[in-house]
Amino acid sequence: MLSKEIRKHFPILDQEINGHPLVYLDSAATSQKPQQVIEVLNDYYRFDNANVHRGVHTLGNRATDHYEGAREKVRKFIHAKSTQEIIFMRGTTTALNMVAQSYGRANVGEGDEIVITHMEHHSNIIPWQQLAKEKGAVLKYIDLEDDGTLSLEKVRETITDRTKIVSIMYVSNVLGTMNPIKEITEIAHAHGAVMVVDGAQAAPHLKLDVQDLDCDFLAFSGHKMCGPTGIGVLYGKKELLNKMEPVEFGGEMIDFVGLYESTWKELPWKFEGGTPIIAGAIGLGAAIDFLEEIGLDQIERHEHELAAIAMDKMSTIDGLEIYGPKDPGARAGIVTFNLDNVHPHDVATVLDMNGIAVRAGHHCAQPLMKRLECSATARASFYVYNTEEDVDRLVEGLRIAKEYFE
Amino acid sequence: MPTNNLDQLYRSVIMDHYKNPRNKGVLEENNVTIDMNNPTCGDVIHLTLKVEDGIVRDAKFEGEGCSISMASASMMTQIIKNKDVDTAVTYAHIFSDMMLGKEIDDSVDLGDIEALSGVAKFPARIKCATLAWKAMEKGVGEDSE
Repeated sequence: MLSKEIRKHFPILDQEINGHPLVYLDSAATSQKPQQVIEVLNDYYRFDNANVHRGVHTLGNRATDHYEGAREKVRKFIHAKSTQEIIFMRGTTTALNMVAQSYGRANVGEGDEIVITHMEHHSNIIPWQQLAKEKGAVLKYIDLEDDGTLSLEKVRETITDRTKIVSIMYVSNVLGTMNPIKEITEIAHAHGAVMVVDGAQAAPHLKLDVQDLDCDFLAFSGHKMCGPTGIGVLYGKKELLNKMEPVEFGGEMIDFVGLYESTWKELPWKFEGGTPIIAGAIGLGAAIDFLEEIGLDQIERHEHELAAIAMDKMSTIDGLEIYGPKDPGARAGIVTFNLDNVHPHDVATVLDMNGIAVRAGHHCAQPLMKRLECSATARASFYVYNTEEDVDRLVEGLRIAKEYFE
Repeated sequence: MPTNNLDQLYRSVIMDHYKNPRNKGVLEENNVTIDMNNPTCGDVIHLTLKVEDGIVRDAKFEGEGCSISMASASMMTQIIKNKDVDTAVTYAHIFSDMMLGKEIDDSVDLGDIEALSGVAKFPARIKCATLAWKAMEKGVGEDSE
């Protein structure tokens, strides 16, 4: 387990909610921000704010250095070959849409296949639905095993030589399942398809190595990994990005502009039209520093341990069902559950009255809810600042909810 | 155990309607069918009405949702039965005001519905309470917005 001292880096956690000390168990929706990230954002606006890549003046140079410095931090964080492969975007949703709009439109034709799974977040379903409709392509779903995992056998059955794109989440935001991305990528490549990875729930929790995974694209968001909202990353292999057209045109991304024709900057800037998300990128860089100081391996282990404790203690409550893999080592720090006869909204309200923040609803995964045969679930998600005491508070809150509704 | 705040929300009348919903089911002889959902949380309602000569003769609902949304649907179907459409819509407007925390005219007998007034203090739950009423308003062809 990580040291409880980590909690002190997060000023927001030091408050009472409805008369109880806050227990924040909704980090899969968005994580809290450590003081050092808040300070970096503050300092940027206080001392260095200017537009990037254009000013001759000193502030412009400083802002550019910080912004491009953040890109290098991201490159190292996911072990990409080059900063040309790191594109700053608004978040995972924007990044996945960009891949669908740019790579997808140019490479998917009538009768081609796009393969996703039943556990995807809406942001990794709808861009492909839209693309499939536009192109007359076929959207195929890999079915789940009953324990909420993917079997490579079914992956092999679903991906064919007609498959052009495979897009799968690394870690499920509902089930906590960690998917075998490296193996799936191999299968996709054997059929000539590109592999897109939705890394929104992976980047905060485990060490990413895009070269080892060999995936073609990887998308993730800053705000789930201690960074600010409004910043995310699209990683793409250079040879693919070079062939792709931008989807946004305007300032920053151009080389020469004529009356009727224009040319684009080189990578990665050709995909960053308009004034970029400067403060957001710098904040993300600071968040990466923070996570690396703790160590991603330690973070992953901490979450496995908390998930194991939570699953163990929660299963002592009668009528509580936990979804997803039974083995805590096979899941990230996400525990999604239902309490018999108490609707998840009611569970969440009772917990909130006791100072505990959880998510309730369909978690932007309606097809998965359908697959699990429930309309909604409650979800507790853990991060670096959570402790065993937080799990105890959750379990106590669940007992209160159960009693109250009995 | 700090349940005072919870009791403001979950009044016993609400729990009774949740556990023993009135008018649950599907009206075979209906002439109005409405399906509505709350996309932020996944609550769904299937409302069937029998409206004749401007009067709601019968109403039934089916759905999935939390105690607040299902209790509210139960109460709604109870109060609009045998009322004319205008009165039903008026109730929907009163209910909407109640959710906004506005003062309600004392002369109107709200019956069980009054128990839902505490929901106004729980902003995240207001949409749960209004789902059935929105479905009803849509069904009788009047939009309160």
